[in-house]
Amino acid sequence: MPDGSLDRLKREGRIVVVGASLAGLRAAETLRDKGFEGTLTMIGDEPYEPYDRPPLSKQVLLGKATAEHTALPRRREIDAEWRLGVPASGLDMAARRVKLADGDEVPYDRLMIATGVRARPWPNEAEAELDGVFVLRTRDDGAGLARRLDAGPKRVLVIGAGFTGSEIASACRERGLEVTVAERGDAPLVGALGGVIGAVAAEMHRENGVDLRTGVMVTRLEGGATGRVRAAHFSDGTTLECDVVVVSLGAQRNTEWLAGSGLGAGPRGIACDAGCRAFDVRGIVTDDVFVAGDVARSPHPLFGYQFLSLEHWGNAVAQAETAAHNMLSESSDRRPHIWVPAFWSSQFGVNIKSVGVPSMGTEIMITQGSRAERRFTGVYGYQGRVIGAVTFDNCRWLQFYEQQIEATAPFPPPFPTVDRRADGQRPIPADFPDPSVPTHGPTITLSGYSPADRRMTFTPAGH
Amino acid sequence: MAEGILKQILDYSNRANPYPLYEELRKTPVFHDGTGPYVISTYHDIQSLLHDPRLSSDAHNLTATAGDPLADDEGGGGGEEAALPPSFLKLDPPEHDRLRRMTNRPFGPPHSPHRIDGMRGDLHGIVSGLIDNLGDPGRIDLVDQFAYPFPVTMICRLLGVPREDEPRFHSWADTIAAGLDPDPDADPAERLRVTHDARMELGMYLAGLIEERRKNPQDDMLSELAAGHGQDDTMSTMELLSTSALLLIAGHETTVNLITNGMLTLLRHPDVLADLRENPELAVPLVEELLRYEPPVQLLPQRTPLVDIEVRGVTIPKGSSMWLVLASGNRDPDRFENPDRFDPYRKDIQHLGLGSGIHSCFGAPLARLEAQLALSELARRLENPRLIEDPPPYRQNAVLRGPRHLEITCDGIRP
Repeated sequence: MPDGSLDRLKREGRIVVVGASLAGLRAAETLRDKGFEGTLTMIGDEPYEPYDRPPLSKQVLLGKATAEHTALPRRREIDAEWRLGVPASGLDMAARRVKLADGDEVPYDRLMIATGVRARPWPNEAEAELDGVFVLRTRDDGAGLARRLDAGPKRVLVIGAGFTGSEIASACRERGLEVTVAERGDAPLVGALGGVIGAVAAEMHRENGVDLRTGVMVTRLEGGATGRVRAAHFSDGTTLECDVVVVSLGAQRNTEWLAGSGLGAGPRGIACDAGCRAFDVRGIVTDDVFVAGDVARSPHPLFGYQFLSLEHWGNAVAQAETAAHNMLSESSDRRPHIWVPAFWSSQFGVNIKSVGVPSMGTEIMITQGSRAERRFTGVYGYQGRVIGAVTFDNCRWLQFYEQQIEATAPFPPPFPTVDRRADGQRPIPADFPDPSVPTHGPTITLSGYSPADRRMTFTPAGH
Repeated sequence: MAEGILKQILDYSNRANPYPLYEELRKTPVFHDGTGPYVISTYHDIQSLLHDPRLSSDAHNLTATAGDPLADDEGGGGGEEAALPPSFLKLDPPEHDRLRRMTNRPFGPPHSPHRIDGMRGDLHGIVSGLIDNLGDPGRIDLVDQFAYPFPVTMICRLLGVPREDEPRFHSWADTIAAGLDPDPDADPAERLRVTHDARMELGMYLAGLIEERRKNPQDDMLSELAAGHGQDDTMSTMELLSTSALLLIAGHETTVNLITNGMLTLLRHPDVLADLRENPELAVPLVEELLRYEPPVQLLPQRTPLVDIEVRGVTIPKGSSMWLVLASGNRDPDRFENPDRFDPYRKDIQHLGLGSGIHSCFGAPLARLEAQLALSELARRLENPRLIEDPPPYRQNAVLRGPRHLEITCDGIRP
């Protein structure tokens, strides 16, 4: 558009951001930073201003912070019209209008979709309705669960031992509550980090007094006369009395509102190019619809152009910034979103961080520290190169391994490092579960075909 | 120019302003003159090498020290000498991690999140007392009368040295610190003897204090370090001594320079000084900018690759001595806009002044608070302060760089 229309857009255009959370807010701030002076509308289904989620499964559950005080810090004024508490219900791409659930319609010149994900609910609706059954995703979820933990339940059952489930279990133990964790896979975190690291996580649970049950499913939740949950039944025939259940089975992408719009949106998210422009259902890239954050699915050059969909805090920020930049740029000035995935968690007093895509790894080598001490760095290898790394209480080395991933350095690393121990002399199989066997939703979903390698390496996990 | 540049950096005549030399050095990002150390001077290279697990801080891995003028220098706040086991500053994981973790337990989060903040009152009291006693406002030596006594008194409180012993402690600390800063005119054998004696006396004193704290624990760091926690979390007495010596030396040698460099810089930028007087909260970003602009630790002379490594196409052989010139990285125009400009209002300020990676400054939270409080109080209370001599006389030490004296004059001291 070298005809001045871009200048016009910047001066007097209309940009609508659907999704008023981390990605939406950072996108809006970046737009204003880049000199966008037109009308900016922020649409969010929750009644709250953008807030931060990581504290919800950590400080809030420990009673060290309240869910009401997790508002995201603002980088700058964004001078937006806020439409909070009203979900978007549809999109007319031809007329360039977003439909709202209250019947209103908002026209746009450029649209940013950052609707994120929601917690996967307990599949049995009646059981999910029982008093005492929670999911943890929103501010209200966090406040409600924290209140219930304050009341001192006799036993909490956490279903699913991914990162969120493990953090909830950790918080319960820190509060001195009895907690059972039921995990369909063989170990906690196994979907994201594999069985070698999962075994370490399992030890952490057990040493901290969690009743960890792996390889089982919860088949039924049972309520008492007052409609309050009182027990759970397991696939191994056992029953557990519990008065709080937290369903932690991963997330679902918020794309239903786009059904029939013609945009390439579905259960796996919204496919977009590396510049954050959404694809339509024909696989043709749009010029005016951009996506960012948990709901986006974009090809990553470093990982064989596979479409990565990342539920990572840092990805939401970086992708929003790139999308906003590209929204206001000529095609030749657009930038690709080539953020190296990075993730952190905090549980049982241990700081866990990862970079790259560990779940692509077939082998792992403990290059520093030791699993027994739970202070270590594990490096993941895929086809002879370093593809990911994880640290337990060892994160200050992570930057180095991130550079190794960026440089497609060889695996196993051919050099010695400080703190190399006996069990770090050679790689071992990383022990990821067979992707055809469902577990809870993993943190990273890999899907799609790469131009270089037409095999689909992983199918997304489902419940 | 590159020829002999390391010599020039160490040459005392360039102490007041080494920055043009660093600029020259950055033209050869991996500098090596054939026999000496490999010198790294750009921001991004230093930043990634500080996180590189192929680099060791343990001198045992050093095989090539020929031509390294700092090879025997204790540098970066060491100075514990062979009588004691090396402090965690000079160790690699896992020993480093174990000792640093144990030391951190009574010092910072997660176990002691309020230790430093809880000392605000103490800090304020010491700062006020020192300013009250500055005497003749017409001639103040800010180093001797303020910047030096302040952190030593602070370390005493932190460790739990009884008030009545503080003067003795100060005197040992002064002597040991002087040994780190060689005076080329003094008799080296005599200096060594005096320093060694002071170390012995300080060591004996600390050992006695530790013994006493084992019996009667107080709410101080020595008591908690002596008590130990958990099965593998106990320090031997020797480890405890070398750790306390490290805290003492590193904890005050650097803060003195941070405060003095800070006041010098403020006096050279009267507009910023005036702003600080009006807005004491400016002290927070101001100290960060100071750590970039005039870092107390100019370079880290003790890193050694465990294997041949390649930096910018240059192979640095295993066992070589490496210098990471933090102060040069902090003025790298590829990283900071107008790097030679002192600008406490800059937004992008990820400096290298406190290092990075596992050896990043242990005492940073305390050093920051000390400098913030000291500078904002000096700005508030000194009336119309001016430098008597610019540049002031510098200390000999090129690694722990700072003025030996900072003589100023002012019209009066506000209450």
